[in-house]
Amino acid sequence: MHPTSHAFKANAREALDDNNLQRALDNMKTGFPAKRAAAIARMPEFEALRDQGMAIKNHTLENLDFYLETFERNVTNAGGHVHWARTAEEARQIILGICRTVDAKTVTKGKSMISEEIALNDFLEEQGLVPVETDLGEYIIQLRHEAPSHIIAPAIHLLKEQVEEAFRASHTDLPEGRPLSEPRELTDEARSVLRRRFLEADVGITGANFLIAETGSTVIVTNEGNGDLTQTLPKIHIVLASLEKVVPTLEDATSILRLLARSATGQEFSTYTTFSTGPRRPGDPDGPGEFHVVLLDNGRTAMLGTEFQDMLRCIRCSACLNHCPVYQSVGGHAYGWVYPGPMGSVLTPGLIGVAEAGNLPNASTFCGKCESVCPMRIPLPKMMRHWREREFEQALSPAPFRTGLKLWAFVARRPKLYRLGANLAARLLGMLGGSAGRFKSLPLAGGWTGGRDLPAPEGKSFMQQWQARQRKAA
Amino acid sequence: MAPSKPRVALFVTCLVDLFRPTVGFAAVKLLEDAGCQVDVPEAQTCCGQPAYNSGDKSSTKAIARGVIDAFEGYDYVVAPSGSCAGMIHEHYARLFEDEPAMFQRAQHLGNRTHELISFLVDVLGVTSVETAYAGKATYHDSCSGLRELGVKQQPRTLLKSVEGLSLTELPGAEVCCGFGGTFCIKYPDISNRMVGDKTADIVATGADTLLAGDMGCLMNMAGKLSREGHTVRVRHVAEVLAGLTDEAAPICGPR
Repeated sequence: MHPTSHAFKANAREALDDNNLQRALDNMKTGFPAKRAAAIARMPEFEALRDQGMAIKNHTLENLDFYLETFERNVTNAGGHVHWARTAEEARQIILGICRTVDAKTVTKGKSMISEEIALNDFLEEQGLVPVETDLGEYIIQLRHEAPSHIIAPAIHLLKEQVEEAFRASHTDLPEGRPLSEPRELTDEARSVLRRRFLEADVGITGANFLIAETGSTVIVTNEGNGDLTQTLPKIHIVLASLEKVVPTLEDATSILRLLARSATGQEFSTYTTFSTGPRRPGDPDGPGEFHVVLLDNGRTAMLGTEFQDMLRCIRCSACLNHCPVYQSVGGHAYGWVYPGPMGSVLTPGLIGVAEAGNLPNASTFCGKCESVCPMRIPLPKMMRHWREREFEQALSPAPFRTGLKLWAFVARRPKLYRLGANLAARLLGMLGGSAGRFKSLPLAGGWTGGRDLPAPEGKSFMQQWQARQRKAA
Repeated sequence: MAPSKPRVALFVTCLVDLFRPTVGFAAVKLLEDAGCQVDVPEAQTCCGQPAYNSGDKSSTKAIARGVIDAFEGYDYVVAPSGSCAGMIHEHYARLFEDEPAMFQRAQHLGNRTHELISFLVDVLGVTSVETAYAGKATYHDSCSGLRELGVKQQPRTLLKSVEGLSLTELPGAEVCCGFGGTFCIKYPDISNRMVGDKTADIVATGADTLLAGDMGCLMNMAGKLSREGHTVRVRHVAEVLAGLTDEAAPICGPR
């Protein structure tokens, strides 16, 4: 996926003017946060569980090599294969190589953000394969040739009328007059198309919410059951996951599972939680003949030991997106790459560089809501600030802004000069503001006055008045 | 325990100094009424957030050194802003993690620094004020005060004691208004959308007065209400609690 994060401002402008998107975002704004709040209100130990989840992840990240090697050994012992991919390209080639061994044509896919990260669908199509997304939301955006706009609800930017449109354009064998206006009708239609695909598939690719070191198992959580059909029916199951998904034990995975669905959708548990350990064993009624795990780094180990290590605790629940007033205003596509919202604003510069993605950590008011809802207590605002520091050090922020800031900082370090300037500005702006008490427009303040008035100063600065008062009293 | 007559240094904040001196005088009055001896160190300018949040760490540290010098030797430092108090309380020490002596001074200052209303209630034990204000008010919780310093109940506690004032809760009171310091300059379109959502919530309460504890948010919300033609009176909560509403017209209001 070609990033457009550098164009965040223009993307955001477009998003703010998109009425369909704004209607879709309005629905989402109220839905997710209320459901999460209700789920957490039913769970008194939630805060303690957050501490526990954070400790598990921190411990794992401190010993990542050990747990990854343990995981690999146990996958191998269960009859599976682990492949290490340093880059997106290596991961794509590994997956293609596996598909070629069975001359695969159709490849079904469960929802996977890593697959989006390595742009797997485009690549497989170029190679003559037919990737089919089986998660309903992912299926819809695949038909529309779009990227997901949300981690757990990839088509949340769409209204149901737009989904109907996409189905009518792609499902050319639809009978005349077939009703598709209700969610149920849309789901049934997708299901009937996808059923055929599940049975045709030679390879099934899923992501993983957890990799369990002690058992060599991979775990997916879904609400549609599509993941199970993707990984059970074809000859080969490929799990595509990034390194930091590993946890030491089954117990650890289940602890974090208690946080995941509550933070994400407000469910106690997702409808399906599926554990996969190796290929079909003798006597198993079903399951894939081969089980492969592709472990992707793609820049993550470079974050270890830096001020961005905590980001690797992320479990992709989307709570930060769901509660972010910036995400709620512009939606996910404005962020210009795979990961949107606050977690994307920290992760994206780490994966594709701060030169491309520098806008994202800047586009935050630091309101702190994201950190307050993060089940893993990731200090997202702090890390966004660290990216701003990197950006500033590398002189990537706009020149006029940097010059203005330097000038202001020069004055702010010199109280007498500052006093002079503040007194003058208060007096001048106070006078110009006149009896209206506000400005409808003001040179250099167009960004502000474009949408709102600017209050005029009262007239004399506080310090000026205070000093006069002190002199009088003395 | 607070000293019997604590020496309090007022951190005026740059926005109060420049735009709204009445808030500074309200703070002085509230602190003096509560038995404090108030000083206003002359060498103060700004807490440094514009530089800090823009990634300019060296300027931030230089400004922070100035603040630490200027506010040495007081029992407490109090600011009529959760944002500036949060900066000093939460972030100054982090700036000097590699300079042990400065780190200690920054931490010492941070520990003594409070947001005005929570200082009155939590530290000085003030439970009521003796003043009146005729109006139906609603209250916006500014983000830094709320999430960094736990300012939530304190202003409500004191507002309850204001004669003639009724308080209606603002739905989404904890949602950011879109000010965000440099954010509103760098991303005015998004900021404008966020404050538009906020003013819609404010107007829907039917309140005639909007109160909050931070000038940045207040200027943002007042500016939007004014542009939209609403007549809601916008004031810093300290002005109402100190009974100084006759001293200045509401923010953005005609005078």
